[in-house]
Order: sequence, then C-alpha cells, then structure tokens
Amino acid sequence: MNKSVFLGTLAVAGLAAGIASAQSTLEQVQSRGALNCGVTTGLTGFAAPDASGEWQGFDVAVCRAVAAAVLGDASAVEFVPTTGQTRFTALSSGEIDMLARNTTWTFSRDTDLAFEFVGVNYYDGQGFMAPRELGVSSALELDGATVCIQTGTTTELNLADFFASNNMSYEPVPIETNAEAQQQYLAGACDVYTTDASGLAATRATFEDPSAHVILPEIISKEPLGPLVRHGDNEWGDIVRWTLNGLIAAEEYGITSANVGELAAGTENPEVNRILGTEGDLGAMIGLDADWMQRAIAAVGNYGEIFEGNIGESTPIGLARGLNAQWTDGGLLYAPPFR
Amino acid sequence: MSEVHAQTVAYVRDTMLPEESPPITEAGAVKWLRDNLFSSWLNALLTIASLFIIYWVLSHILGWIVYGIWDADSLTECRAIRDSLYGEGANVACWAVLGDRWEQLLFGFYPPQVYWRPVAALLVFFLAVAPVMFQRAPKQLLYLTAAAPFLCYWLLWGGSIWGPVLVAAGFGIGYAVLKFATPVIGNLGGMIATVLVPLIYWVVLVGPLAGALDNILPIGIRSIASNQFGGFMLALVIGISGIVMSLPLGILLALGRQSDLFIINKFSVIFIEVIRGVPLIVWLFTASLLLNYFLPPGTSFDLMLRVIIMVTLFASAYMAEVIRGGLAALPRGQYEGADSLGLDYWQSMRLIILPQALKISIPGIVNTFIGLFKDTTLVVFIGLLDPIGLSNSIRATTDWNGIYWELFIFIGLCFFVCCFAMSRYSQFLERKLATDRR
Repeated sequence: MNKSVFLGTLAVAGLAAGIASAQSTLEQVQSRGALNCGVTTGLTGFAAPDASGEWQGFDVAVCRAVAAAVLGDASAVEFVPTTGQTRFTALSSGEIDMLARNTTWTFSRDTDLAFEFVGVNYYDGQGFMAPRELGVSSALELDGATVCIQTGTTTELNLADFFASNNMSYEPVPIETNAEAQQQYLAGACDVYTTDASGLAATRATFEDPSAHVILPEIISKEPLGPLVRHGDNEWGDIVRWTLNGLIAAEEYGITSANVGELAAGTENPEVNRILGTEGDLGAMIGLDADWMQRAIAAVGNYGEIFEGNIGESTPIGLARGLNAQWTDGGLLYAPPFR
Repeated sequence: MSEVHAQTVAYVRDTMLPEESPPITEAGAVKWLRDNLFSSWLNALLTIASLFIIYWVLSHILGWIVYGIWDADSLTECRAIRDSLYGEGANVACWAVLGDRWEQLLFGFYPPQVYWRPVAALLVFFLAVAPVMFQRAPKQLLYLTAAAPFLCYWLLWGGSIWGPVLVAAGFGIGYAVLKFATPVIGNLGGMIATVLVPLIYWVVLVGPLAGALDNILPIGIRSIASNQFGGFMLALVIGISGIVMSLPLGILLALGRQSDLFIINKFSVIFIEVIRGVPLIVWLFTASLLLNYFLPPGTSFDLMLRVIIMVTLFASAYMAEVIRGGLAALPRGQYEGADSLGLDYWQSMRLIILPQALKISIPGIVNTFIGLFKDTTLVVFIGLLDPIGLSNSIRATTDWNGIYWELFIFIGLCFFVCCFAMSRYSQFLERKLATDRR
C-alpha cells in the first residue's frame, strides 16, 4: 500500500509539474511579483548583504536590472544564496529563475548541464599574487613554489595545466575559502596565492600593506563570467540576455541613470531611442512594455556605472576596466545592435 | 614525685600553651602550593614551565582581545584608529565588526522593526520548558507548554493567526476521537482513527478553513518568509525544533526496535540504521537538492522546513539508540514486575520502564542534543545563512573583507553559552534524580 501511495504521489507530482511548466518563466515571475535570483553566499564586490541585509554587488545589479525591466521594481528580487555545489541544481530545478553568481561559461555547463549563458558580464582570468620580497616578477619564475589554491574549482585544474605545460613543479596548499586563503597566505604558509584576478585584487586591497604584494602579470586562464538561465524557455533567456546587452549598450551610447529620464523624451540617435523605447517596439518583441530598458538603467545605471560603483577604481577593490572596457576603448564588451 | 622532678628538670611548665596557628609552610595557600604545585623538584619545574606557557599564550591573546577596537565603520577605519592609538601595525582585534553586524549575526535578514518577535518566541520557549525542566515552576505553565509550538511558529513566521489555531485544533480533534470513539470501535480502531482523522482534517480542511476564517475575522501580524531567517536565530530554530521533536520520536523508535511486532520492529531497525549510517551533510543535500527534482516546479516546499525535518530524523535515530541503551540497562525484573502488577504495555512503559531508562540515558541524550545543535552549522553548505554562512557574507563586503578571528570568536562564544547551559542542566538533573546507587 505504501508503494502505491508513493507512486501515486509521484504521478500527481509529475502531472502538476506538467501543468506548472506550461506557464512560461516570464508569466511565473510576473504572477509571483518577484524574481528569484541565485547569487553567491558572499564574494567581495560581486554579491554580499550589507549591514541592513540589502544585497549589493556587481552580480546583484544584473538581477536588479532584470527585475526592473520585467516587474518595474528593482527591489522585487528574492535573492537566493547558493554555494558552488547547490547553484546548478537550484537553477535546473526551478528554484531560481536566473543565476548571476560569477559562474564561468564553459562548454559542458552550457551543453551538458542544459543551461543557457546569456552573455558575459565580467571577463576574468586566473592570476597569481606573491609577496614583493619574494622578488618574482613573472609566474614563469615560480618553479618549486608552494601555492595556496582553493580545492574543487577550475582554478585547481588551470594551475596544474599551467605548471605542467611550462615544465615546472609546485606544491599545492589546499584551502577551502578565500578568507582562509588570506590567513594562510599572510601567515606564510604558501609563497603565492592563486585565484581569479578580481579575487586577488579584492584580497590584496584588504591587506595592511597592499604595496608589499604584487599581482603577477600572467593570466593563465579564460574565465568569462556571466548570468545563465535554464534550457527550454528561450523567451526568458532573451529577456535576460537583452537586459544585459542593454546595460552594456547604454554605456556605449552614454545613457546613464542620471540622464535616462531626459533622453527618454527623445534624442537624435535612433539607436538610443530604440533602446529606451521611444522608437520601434523592441519591448513588445520580448513580451515587455516599451519602457523596460529605461527602468533597468534608471534603477542600476549602465554597465560602466555598475562597474565603478561596485568593483571599479573608486572602490577599495580598485579593478581597472581592462578586458571589460567597451570595444571602442579596446575591451571586449560588444553589445549587438538594438534593431 | 615533684621533688624528683625538681632535681632532674630545671623547669616544668604547669600551664597549657595557647593554640598556635600551624607554621606558614603547613597551612593556607602556601601548603596548597607546596602540595599541589611544588611537591618535588620535578613538579616545581613542570609548574614553572606550565606557568610560562600560560603566560606566553595569554600575553599574545589578552592584549589582542582587551585593546581591541570597538568603534569603527570598516576594517580600514579600525586600522587607522589603531595606528593613532597604539602605533603602526600593533596587533589588536577589530571588534567593531560585531558592533556593526551583531544584529545580522543574531537575526539574519529578519526585519529590524520586528526583532521583538523572535525574542518573544524565545521567552515563550523558556517559559514553556520551565515546568518540564524544573519541579518548582508553577504547574499552570503546562498550558503554555501545550500552546508554545503554535505560538512560537506564529511569532516567528507571522501571518494569519488562524492557521496555527486550526492546526492546534487538530490535536483536540484527535483527543476527542480517542476519548469518544475508542469505546465504540475498540482499542486498535480507536488508535487508527485517532491518527487518521486529524491527518485528514489537516490535509483537507485546514487550508480552506483558515482562508475563510481569515476573511471573516482577519487577525494577524506581518508575515516573514523563511529566507529572511538567518544567523544565530536560524541555528536556534533548527536546533530547538530538532531537539524538541527528536526526543519523542527517538523514544518511539527505541520502543519500536524492542517491540515484538515484526513490521514495527523491522521498520524501526531499518529507519535507524539507514538514517544513522549516512552522514548528515548527505541528508541535507538530499533535502535541498534531490527533493527539488521530485516536487513539481514552482511548489516552494520551504527549504528550512525540509532541513528541520532532516535534522530531526537524523537526531531521532541517534536518540533512539541512546534510549535503547537505557532500556537495555534495566534489569529484566523491572519488566516482569510491571507485568505482574497487571499493567498493560503503555502503562508499564510510562510508569515503570521509561522513567528509569530515561534517567540512565540523560548524559547520552544531552550529548545528542549538543551534537545536534552544533551540527546546525552544516546548513552553510546548502546556502542557508547561519552564523558561519553570514560570517562569510560579512567578509565579502568591502568594509569587512580581511576580518577573520573576531567573527569566529563571537560565534564560538554564542554556541558555547548554549551548549554549556545544556550541559550544566543535565548535571543538575542527574543530581536531582540520583535516588539510588549512591
């Protein structure tokens, strides 16, 4: 009897699943009145709750922009903190609508895990940090070094690849979290610390004397980080993709959170008009109203503003734009045309 | 005689000497020191070495703790204040992070305007356990004990009052069925009806009824979603729910494992062995990840509820084995004595066996409680922001990135206070119940 009850429950659950999935993600988000957005449990500059419990950060801004575009309210976001282990299940099971958790876009994640990376909001890469007194100026001089490395990440594999391909040896010091890594590195348990360059910069910024440590020039991996959604609902993926593209394009065309209201009255530039919905009907094509991008930009600012506010040179983290500059400034940010 | 004396001894004292205190080396602190610390040259050497080690440790830690800086808005500011007070690079703590974030560490993202609610819930909990824990507490408090689970739930999660009230009413219905239906349909039928009727009532009736009542008479307080829970409050909610529910469940499982009824016996054995044989972290991942695939998308079967259920089941498996140890320690004569008095199974368990078995098991039970409470920190791995998880989030802000020990010390202290209190209570209980064997 127990078995039949179990099977019956499963059948009902399956049926309900069929009914529920008939509703698109956009409809679900709109009827719920809130966007469920997966973020990290805490990564400096990218996502962290402040003293009053408000989530702040570079990835958080993407969630807020999407919420502003879809729901008209940048605060209508339920942030779901996810760990490295739970993030993909949370997304594929439908617990969250999108994941903005500095996740590297890789082949297998895009295909095998059945996710859709909608773009790149930060081009990162793995680097090394060493005390200045160690006297190394290049990662190629690190033969025989002890290296602090977070276990179970792609950084571990990249490190092995880099040392093997350069015919060098190293001794790994496995650690669990970035905070622990800082302690180990400062205590001299390892010669160098390796993680994503943005993480290195954030870590170095917290040291008593940042100038006593150098970040070596070599970047040994490509880590394009971006927001992702589930396979199977392309309309929803389009909304997230073009919201991100809109933020990037807004910087290119000089639309800021300060002047968006003024520009929305109509400008000479037809591309700006199309982004802001005063010309054409791009919003309707993705199932939103004409002002969707206006609201997103007004809420969080354009890509450049988000960058400067959270991780840019005016913040303690002090990251330079580098690869994350607009293509017109020699970077990789290149939003497709709004047409 | 006296003459003889007078010739042989020059002087004889004929009054008693007043009592004198013992020599300084044989009394008081000095004697204690000589006996305990310097009784031989080797001991003296070891004492001095130990003292030096203690001094060395304290000299490094005490200054760091005592001179710590309490008033700053960020680690950078902390360091600036320290430099101006103690000179460049002095090694002192930056307790300011606690001043800035203690509310978050205690309450998570719970809205600050309603912090009184978790505090009130905790007070209700203490009042409710008082009559169970202390004989001197007024017995009227037992009514509160019965109402406490629903009251605490309502205080913590808020919303309409009708939900908890109607769920509580289910127990009344169950009692009524037991009272009035058992004489009509017999013991076994009555027992089954007692379980089934409230279950059907809860599943089918409570939802619509609560909605209807709320429409007629909306009484309620602001509803707080589970994802707002965090920090030490989360640990307490999970820990206390687990503790309160795992004890009765554990007793039932322990009795089930000793039962002669085949199915009940095998079910208990399999349940205990399976739950206990798999690490808690695996069950937590099951709760947070695997269940999602079975549930229809969109149903939000609360993650915290799932975690509480898993933690409870896990602790009850341990509890069952601890109590089974107590049951096994009772001499066979106690069981036979109960039988010879003509008591039925439940009477003999309630009146004779369990009081003795539970008394024997107290240290083991409290041990399991403490373990369970500390295990709540494992939820950090499934993305719930308990104190450890929050310490990670706090370090992720640019203000406090680089803070390390201060947060761990605070969290450790909070856990220590709770666990130490539990330990002292168990010792008090053991002394109070020590009626034999001494």
